[in-house]
Amino acid sequence: MSEDLEKYKMNVPAELESEDTIEGEIATLNLGPTHPATHGIFQNILKVDGEKILSSEQTVGYIHRAFEKLAERRPFHQIAPITDRLNYCSSPINNIGWHMTVEKLSGIEVPKRVQYMRVIIMELARIADHLICNSVIGVDTGALTGFTWMFIERERIYDMYEEICGARLTTNIGRIGGFERDFTEGFHKKIQDFLATFPKRFEEFDSMFLRNRIFMDRTIGVGGISAERALNYGFVGPNLRAAGVDYDVRVHSPYSSYEDFEFDIPVGTAGDTYDRFCVRQEEVRQSLRIINQAYKNLPEGPYHADIPEFYLPKKADVYNKMEALIYHFKIIMGETPVPAGEVYHSVEGGNGELGYYLISDGGRTPYRLQFRRPCFIYYQAYPEMITGQSLSDAVVTLSSLNVIAGELDA
Amino acid sequence: MESKLTNDQVLSAIRAQFGEVIGEEQQTTDGILNVFVDATKSHDIIEWLYKHADFKVQFLTNITGIHIPENDPENELMVVYHLHSLQNNFRLRLKANLSIDNPTIGTITDVFSAANWLERETYDFFGIIFEGHPNLVRILNEDSMDYFPMRKQYHLEDETRQDKDNRFFGR
Amino acid sequence: MGKVTAEGDFKAINYEGFQLTTLDTVIGAARMNSLWPLPFATSCCGIEYMASMAPNYDIARFGMERMSFSPRQADLLIVAGTISKKLAPVLRQVYEQMSEPKWVLSVGACASSGGIFDTYSVLQGIDRVIPVDVYVPGCPPRPEQIIDGIMNIQALVKHESLRRRYSPEYKDLLDSYKIENDINGK
Repeated sequence: MSEDLEKYKMNVPAELESEDTIEGEIATLNLGPTHPATHGIFQNILKVDGEKILSSEQTVGYIHRAFEKLAERRPFHQIAPITDRLNYCSSPINNIGWHMTVEKLSGIEVPKRVQYMRVIIMELARIADHLICNSVIGVDTGALTGFTWMFIERERIYDMYEEICGARLTTNIGRIGGFERDFTEGFHKKIQDFLATFPKRFEEFDSMFLRNRIFMDRTIGVGGISAERALNYGFVGPNLRAAGVDYDVRVHSPYSSYEDFEFDIPVGTAGDTYDRFCVRQEEVRQSLRIINQAYKNLPEGPYHADIPEFYLPKKADVYNKMEALIYHFKIIMGETPVPAGEVYHSVEGGNGELGYYLISDGGRTPYRLQFRRPCFIYYQAYPEMITGQSLSDAVVTLSSLNVIAGELDA
Repeated sequence: MESKLTNDQVLSAIRAQFGEVIGEEQQTTDGILNVFVDATKSHDIIEWLYKHADFKVQFLTNITGIHIPENDPENELMVVYHLHSLQNNFRLRLKANLSIDNPTIGTITDVFSAANWLERETYDFFGIIFEGHPNLVRILNEDSMDYFPMRKQYHLEDETRQDKDNRFFGR
Repeated sequence: MGKVTAEGDFKAINYEGFQLTTLDTVIGAARMNSLWPLPFATSCCGIEYMASMAPNYDIARFGMERMSFSPRQADLLIVAGTISKKLAPVLRQVYEQMSEPKWVLSVGACASSGGIFDTYSVLQGIDRVIPVDVYVPGCPPRPEQIIDGIMNIQALVKHESLRRRYSPEYKDLLDSYKIENDINGK
């Protein structure tokens, strides 16, 4: 309270400008930063002519939390909790991508079982992310039932995360070199149950929207972008695939044994909201296919690599053996022997190519860590996508892009 | 998918075209081609790579900056471009050193629309000026901020807090 | 309605007639069960808040069926997620636009105190700009914790005096935040 509170007084926005033109009056409308339909905190100042949008000016950075500066302060294994908070709808993918980056820099090989376990967890996270995005597209067109149905499924996925790491949303799952515990019996039961019952419920959700006249009218031809413009804007992930380009990091630069699995990449044609919805629906089905293959062929073996410098030893050993005690102390204090070097590693996140550009100088903490965040890059295209459309189209386009504020601002 | 191009192939092609503005090639752990380029020519090189009929380096993955206080002031800041050719599955990284007193480099927003916000973010964090950028203002931080926070001399925490006793936080 | 008869050792209440209670009790009970929240959800805590709206944890049981996204119609401001310094004026504006009586629930570590983000851009707790009634710690808090926070707010609402918003203590509270308070018609 001793701070100067004057700086928190908000500037009163300017009066609504109106110019008389041949078409009519042009009004300035403020969409955001707090708005029920912007799923996240970003502001768009729109110039509208009636309901038609003429131009849009964006402001982001309302949730800038300085991840990159924070990462320069924290030891390597303590950065995993902040990677959680990038795309928090699918945080296991961020965690595992970070662990893979450090393993790439340090030259650590993980066992096959760990790779398959990682694939299962990442695909579950991808399903969870797409469930939120698609049900929220439904909510923005007025259909709340899909949201309530799919969140029950998300709770089941949360239950599975809890079996391994104890947390629901911001999971901090896995460690450098593997996982903190093997798949428990409870996990096996839950995933078998999930794989048996989820597809049918997902098809019910699908049937509510796919050939629904109202939904199709609201989303076909809305917020479209061509493949050339999408590539120039740096689109990745389902948004790019809906525009027609089949770029998927899991296929082009496979990591963590993705080359062992058979799956298709769904591709759209028009790049509009309906295509994005359909691409995500199909990706959920493909993810289920991958999980089925990975779970059926899960190899036996250790659930972490044998790297005592990075992976915490068992507590019984810490109390009884000298080396284990020393390793435990060094890891907790952050003295992990990550060599000096530079890597760029990318994983296919819920929104596309999530990249980690890590430069280390051999110290406790990274020298420079930059997250290549897909949301930040493709959100630039939003004004181009909504110009000429109506206000309600702008809202549905925004939710179909799946812009997650945590990833946008980092 | 295997890459259809090799590092040497691309590097020698760039060297053949641009000659002396290409500096050292650097080896990094991930095997990506790293090339140091002169800041004055970075835009031309990127545009040439974009239009090259075989290489087709037409995807901008990332632009970022690094502050290296260990270097001499002429090379203290660095801009790093990550480029990707989707058709050939080839990645490359271009690095340009800039001086801390006058860090200017040409913008590539005319080649890639994605560069718009990436360059604004690099400006916001490091103070690197991109000449020719349509709207080079701060993007993530507040407009009233008067310093460039990612430079190494600035602290992570808010310096103006009075209610936190640094003795208890190990600083 | 006719006479209600019942067996056993208790008095039957005839629904015609009078009921004796205090106005505070009735209004408190009515308010606590019909709070309309304004979900000011910014980040991860917002997703846990959405999970508490979902059928598994369902805050509609507590009368919060309708989320009001307009401050004019909301009673409870639920701030879930990190608030950065850039967003603080917006939060303050939304709080000022709400009409009395209003309560604030701060969900999550970031809203309560800045959380793990002790950085130059994050506001270290929303109680630097607006008065807060209940804090829910957690990163993110489970929906059960959010519901516990809501029930604590309900307890505050139930027992709040009708004159509280006109009292000099409340006026001093708002003055310490330099928030204008027109309720006294000053």
